[in-house]
Amino acid sequence: MKTAAKAAATNAFSARSGSNRLKDKIFSLVVWGVSLVIVAIILGLLALILERGATHLSWDFITGLPSEIEEGGGIGPSLFNSFYMMILSLIVSIPFGMAAGIYLAEFAPDNKFIAFVRICVEGLASVPSLIFGLFGIALFVEMMGLGLTIIGGAVSLAFLNLPVLTRVTEEAIRAVSQEIKQASFSLGATHLQTIRKALIPSAISGIVTGISLVAGRAFGESAVIILTAGVTTSGVMWDFNLLSPGETLAVHLWYVQSEAIVPDAQLISQKAAAVLLIVVLAINFLFRIPLWVRERKLR
Amino acid sequence: MNPVKKDQAAGNRRLRFPKHIREEWYGRVYAYFCVTLLIVTIVSIVWFIASKGLNPFLSGAVSVPELLFGRTWSPESEPPLFGALPFLAGSISVSLLAAVLAAPFGFCAAVFMTQIAPKVGRRFLQPAIELLAGIPSVVYGFVGLSVIVPFLRNNFTGQGFGILAGTLVLSVMILPTITSIATDALSNLQAGLKEGSFALGATRWQTIYRLILPTTFPSLLTGVVLGISRAFGEALAVQMVIGNAPHVPRSLLESAATLTSIITLEMGNTVGGSLHNNVLWSLALILLIMTFLFVFTVRMLERRAGR
Repeated sequence: MKTAAKAAATNAFSARSGSNRLKDKIFSLVVWGVSLVIVAIILGLLALILERGATHLSWDFITGLPSEIEEGGGIGPSLFNSFYMMILSLIVSIPFGMAAGIYLAEFAPDNKFIAFVRICVEGLASVPSLIFGLFGIALFVEMMGLGLTIIGGAVSLAFLNLPVLTRVTEEAIRAVSQEIKQASFSLGATHLQTIRKALIPSAISGIVTGISLVAGRAFGESAVIILTAGVTTSGVMWDFNLLSPGETLAVHLWYVQSEAIVPDAQLISQKAAAVLLIVVLAINFLFRIPLWVRERKLR
Repeated sequence: MNPVKKDQAAGNRRLRFPKHIREEWYGRVYAYFCVTLLIVTIVSIVWFIASKGLNPFLSGAVSVPELLFGRTWSPESEPPLFGALPFLAGSISVSLLAAVLAAPFGFCAAVFMTQIAPKVGRRFLQPAIELLAGIPSVVYGFVGLSVIVPFLRNNFTGQGFGILAGTLVLSVMILPTITSIATDALSNLQAGLKEGSFALGATRWQTIYRLILPTTFPSLLTGVVLGISRAFGEALAVQMVIGNAPHVPRSLLESAATLTSIITLEMGNTVGGSLHNNVLWSLALILLIMTFLFVFTVRMLERRAGR
């Protein structure tokens, strides 16, 4: 009010050259500066992890067996377990999570019960991963008496993925234009046929992005795995047994840093952090390649 | 029944319920099943945690005020003392401070991407921040441990472990959450508001400060609350840098502990069913209740933002 009155009193166009313009300049500079700082921090973080770790990476380290006391242990079994459990958890969670998402987007009536379901999904999505780990303990270790196993860890991870997949699928399906749906109906397709042949292909980009997100999260998750699959591996490569202990790479990084007594712990964790980062970035990248190819074809 | 009639009956049934109709039913039943699975999951999580977490209170071993306001955590002493105030204080201070630190950065990034330089923002800043969201939490913990903690140790008093180190690590971790929600809020701004302000002669700063920030305030706050919620539940990244000393911290540089760090550290070393173990489940119950409070707050804010 005051500034407006003052501006009007002096000159109608004074805003162009007065303190307002200066403030605007300063503000723009500050926002540019902060944004640059953010980018610098992120690039610095990546460079730090990759430069310290990736330069020392060797094939022996990636496929080698870990050692408890001596120097020079590898990460082979942990890395294998990471992939194995990620794939298992995706196999378990994708069919359920996607179907629930499709249901909420397409069939769900607008009533109190569905509102309750939505609150459940939202609540489940924000429950910390540690709680899912405890749930896994209660279910697999104490109720079923399995101990710390790969299957226990993978299913607990699947529970963690479930709400995210449901939300992503629901949003992606909802974003498909109504015309596509109506065109499919008017050709005589049933609802299921419409979903399978029209809605999912149109929404696939969003769904795949969601799956890559979930896969990356499952790969790097640690709290759930420590509680449900333990901090040891079976000690051999290519162990597909679902009941053996399943330490993953992320857990190995934590274990080496905080509890292990190997003399080269710092070096191992630097390299493990670099491998983790590279794989997570690669997962995000690889999942999107088919989408880019498809987009190019459609264009 | 002769075979011809039987065939006819089957044929009739097939005519009445052709393949695509039956598939439709199977699809529906399956979808119902999946939604039920989601509900069963959350109900059983709450049930498992609550039934074990309430056990110490129901058996009379520990009272609720004793747990919430007790300042000493020594499960091994005789009699064992279970005071969770140090962990509550640690969790709350770390997550609030992280949000206070990350929020201005997140808002600035969002303003940059939507108002100031959308092209540059979408090209460089957004992918960079999305990348941040994908980095596993132990990697953050490791970077905190090998960079931030030594830095604090060399430049300030103390060992470097503590609230400040945890805050710094967490603020980077929750930056993507705050930024992406703020960006959504700013880009979904009602059409014409901004143009109206410019038409009245306001500068960009005036428009953003006087108009855009107040209008989108509930949504911005939603992002901050989600960030706090994520920080509150984060386990290992914090555990690696906070020092894990179970006492109420008096300074930012003194080592402390959080709810999540104590659960991860001690859950594996206690016998299931013992009092110590059950009290850890009570701490998990507190964590779960806090999470639901955050979800509730977010829903309230979203309702306000929708109006």
